[in-house]
Amino acid sequence: MSEGIDEVDRPVMPTGEKGDLFSKFDGLIEQRRALLSAGMEDPFGLVMQRVLSPTVAVCNGRETILLGTYNYMGMTFDPDVIAAGKEALDDFGAGTTGSRVLNGTYAGHKAVEQALKDFYAMDHAMVFATGYQANLGIISTIAGKGDYIVLDIDSHASIWDGCKLGDAEVVPFRHNDIEAMEKRLKRIPEGAGKLVILEGVYSMLGDIAPLTEMIAIAKANGAMVLVDEAHSMGFIGPNGRGVAEDQGVLDQVDFVIGTFSKSVGTVGGFCVSNHPKFEIMRLVCRPYVFTASLPPSVVATAATSIRKLMHGSNKRAHLWENSRTLHKGLREMGFKLGTETPQSAIISVIMPDLERGAAMWEALLHEGLYVNLARPPATPAGMTLLRCSLCAEHTAEQVQTILGMFQCAGAKVGAI
Amino acid sequence: MDRAATAARIAEVIEPFNKKAVTIDDSTSFAGDLEWDSLTVMDFVAAIEDEFDIIITMNQQAEIETYGQLIDSVVNLQG
Repeated sequence: MSEGIDEVDRPVMPTGEKGDLFSKFDGLIEQRRALLSAGMEDPFGLVMQRVLSPTVAVCNGRETILLGTYNYMGMTFDPDVIAAGKEALDDFGAGTTGSRVLNGTYAGHKAVEQALKDFYAMDHAMVFATGYQANLGIISTIAGKGDYIVLDIDSHASIWDGCKLGDAEVVPFRHNDIEAMEKRLKRIPEGAGKLVILEGVYSMLGDIAPLTEMIAIAKANGAMVLVDEAHSMGFIGPNGRGVAEDQGVLDQVDFVIGTFSKSVGTVGGFCVSNHPKFEIMRLVCRPYVFTASLPPSVVATAATSIRKLMHGSNKRAHLWENSRTLHKGLREMGFKLGTETPQSAIISVIMPDLERGAAMWEALLHEGLYVNLARPPATPAGMTLLRCSLCAEHTAEQVQTILGMFQCAGAKVGAI
Repeated sequence: MDRAATAARIAEVIEPFNKKAVTIDDSTSFAGDLEWDSLTVMDFVAAIEDEFDIIITMNQQAEIETYGQLIDSVVNLQG
């Protein structure tokens, strides 16, 4: 599931009265009005006036520790990454003004794809403008009319939208439920094409998928497997290749989808694969063809960052330490968390309802801490969550400061 | 299985999901009358799928608005 805020990940068409096409949004408009008229700071209107480092920014006029930015490896201010970006900006200009298949492939685009191939030790890599477009493009192109997609109900919005765009038959199963997935795979008509879509880390609760079991079942039933590793790249698995690598099944994954906007620290999306025919995707994948390619500075920062992430084991270890410390500390204070153990760099605090969740979010902001407020319908089971994502650049002292802020804010709003 | 027998089994499956004890007939609408949230819809669809050993894809679900249409679809899907 996504960082989406007001929209459920699965596409739903709201219904409204005839005439004004906006009347379908009246319910949401009213809910927001009620929340803001109570004097609440808009959780979805935060402005970062200055960004001081991967972990500190000036938000709404206050110096704030960032604990909700998915900047897992803190690469946004890495000096080598910034230098590479500046150099590319000078040498290649601000943008490509063209599609990858026309005038938009520069040396930098080939270099970042080579960096991805080296990072994942895979044969093919294809870069998209965003992670959203990577899922949209790959899924809609490989699974078309008459094919079946079997996917986890908590999948990210970009996965659902890819399913819809491609016109395949869509069969969801209960989150991380191995048996439910297997039953559905076995009922698919003989001879139909099958794609199983999983995520390494699910970003709402920060839990990981049992990929070993699920991929074995997918393969036994003749399905191809796509795994979205957006929230694991750089720090899960011996080489930071993600949950599939960590569980020893990366060689069974047909397509890995990832993003540059989390651990890599810039923007962009990608797919890596060993499929022998993969390169044809460059000609048939519409969200790849019919849009301009990433700016030269962006691909230069991405390539530099990816190559540095290959040697990031010390930073990785510190990130895990931070995750464990925050998880343990919040539990001991009495907060209810999304996972029993820290499974990723996302620690999700489950709030009893939207009112107290919003109050707690605001109290934390006043303490000087930014986390994500996630609320229904974007969340599973109607939960209100305060989602915390840790960074390898958070110092041990910062994590203690963060815990102190949770203690104060929690006491203030009666959440603990 | 004929329509009557299918309808009888669906009636049993829907029982625990019908928490508001809405009186259900063929014209009962899932969105309008039963007011289920998306999680309940998923669990109910899964229960029907398991009961009849069929798949009702999301694409097919979009076409099913009423209880009567569900029964017809399940009859058809059983072949």
